[in-house]
Amino acid sequence: MIRFKAILMIGALAGATAGVALAQATVKVEPASVNGPRPLAEQTAQAVIRDYLESWQSLSAAFDQDRADLLDADFVGDARDKLAQAIRDQSQMAVSTRYQDRAHDVQIVFYSPEGLSIELSDTVDYDVQLMDHDKPLGTQHVHARYLVVLTPSELQWRVRILQAQAG
Amino acid sequence: MRTPWAILLGGVAGFVGQLIFAQSNQLTLPAMVEAGSAFSIETAGSGQGTLYVAGLGQVIRKDVELGKTAWFPAGSLYDAGRYVVILEASGNSESGILDVAPQTKPASLSFLARPSRLPIALHNGITGAVYVFDAYKNLVTAPTPVSFALSSPSGAAQTRTVTAKDGAAWTAMDSTAKQGADKFVAEDDDIASTRVIGQVPGDPCGLKMTAKPDGDKVALATDPVRDCSGNAVPDGTIVTFTETYGDTQSTVDVPLKRDIAAVEMPAHNGATITVASGVILGNQIRWEK
Repeated sequence: MIRFKAILMIGALAGATAGVALAQATVKVEPASVNGPRPLAEQTAQAVIRDYLESWQSLSAAFDQDRADLLDADFVGDARDKLAQAIRDQSQMAVSTRYQDRAHDVQIVFYSPEGLSIELSDTVDYDVQLMDHDKPLGTQHVHARYLVVLTPSELQWRVRILQAQAG
Repeated sequence: MRTPWAILLGGVAGFVGQLIFAQSNQLTLPAMVEAGSAFSIETAGSGQGTLYVAGLGQVIRKDVELGKTAWFPAGSLYDAGRYVVILEASGNSESGILDVAPQTKPASLSFLARPSRLPIALHNGITGAVYVFDAYKNLVTAPTPVSFALSSPSGAAQTRTVTAKDGAAWTAMDSTAKQGADKFVAEDDDIASTRVIGQVPGDPCGLKMTAKPDGDKVALATDPVRDCSGNAVPDGTIVTFTETYGDTQSTVDVPLKRDIAAVEMPAHNGATITVASGVILGNQIRWEK
């Protein structure tokens, strides 16, 4: 009986660990609460949220591989510069970080009148794993509300501001 | 059989425990730090350790002496956001969260004003949107009043004050009645950003022509062409004269020159002559010798 329970527990833990490695983030999209006079088309809202969520994948890959160039497809301006700076910082110190987003709760909060920027808030749950010279230091779960400003480029919306709110 | 399973379970539990930190009482973090300001982190214990501060904008590693205060001078941490802080010593790690808030004083504005050129007297025809940033290019998220002012060359001004929410503020203004270059200013605290909005005359208003005989021609000329606010319509604006005589229709497009469009057309007795500019129709003349 004990053996059976142990197997079940180990199986559950193994499953949970595999889940951590492979799980897709859950996404909840709140109805837009737009500050601004410009009507927000459903297709625009969908495209912005899709492009924003994809940006977390390139962010994660860029930090994991120490490659700021992986940010270029999804980030621009200050957001790109700041993320690249953090990647340079960690690379110089032989520290590496792995970001894994777990859950997003997204709401569009501002659409500028001329249509050249959209701001959304995202209450994100993510894990950050730190390593020093490939030695794992541990994983910290983070829960934060991010403010994100995206601007349109040739093919997609790109993240121009990505900032967690304090408090 | 119990012992190996207990060892295995203990190992797995220990591994998972190492991976998931709990908030530490060995590590005392400030509740919040303003971007760019000096701060300190308290550690307990003795010996040497390493502090890691990792966020999406900055990563810092600092060797520390446990039991002493680790000082971070002004300018160390300037990117607003949420940071993971890890203290590693003798193979053990403890962690916590550190928030860095943007400065409350704005240092720059990102000001988008549209359009750059528009006709006069359009209700809510001009829009402006502002994002407010601190000295470290962090979005200032605390509510802050942003004032917008649109002033024409004659000095008349429209003003609005809007409280920025989540770092963003916007307004809409009417274009003024006079043509010329208006200044559109957004201001927060003592930081201002200016855009120039060109206001051009509207469509012609009260378009009127007169006709005079000139041999076998009729000389047609408009009065000076103005918009409804009295601004001269720009030279080069096309005015169309159309003469209809029986089944024949002749049309001549003439650009405005010094506010007036003038042309000569065949003088057919009983012909009807009309004048228009774009969709704006002027008067009609029936030519009788």
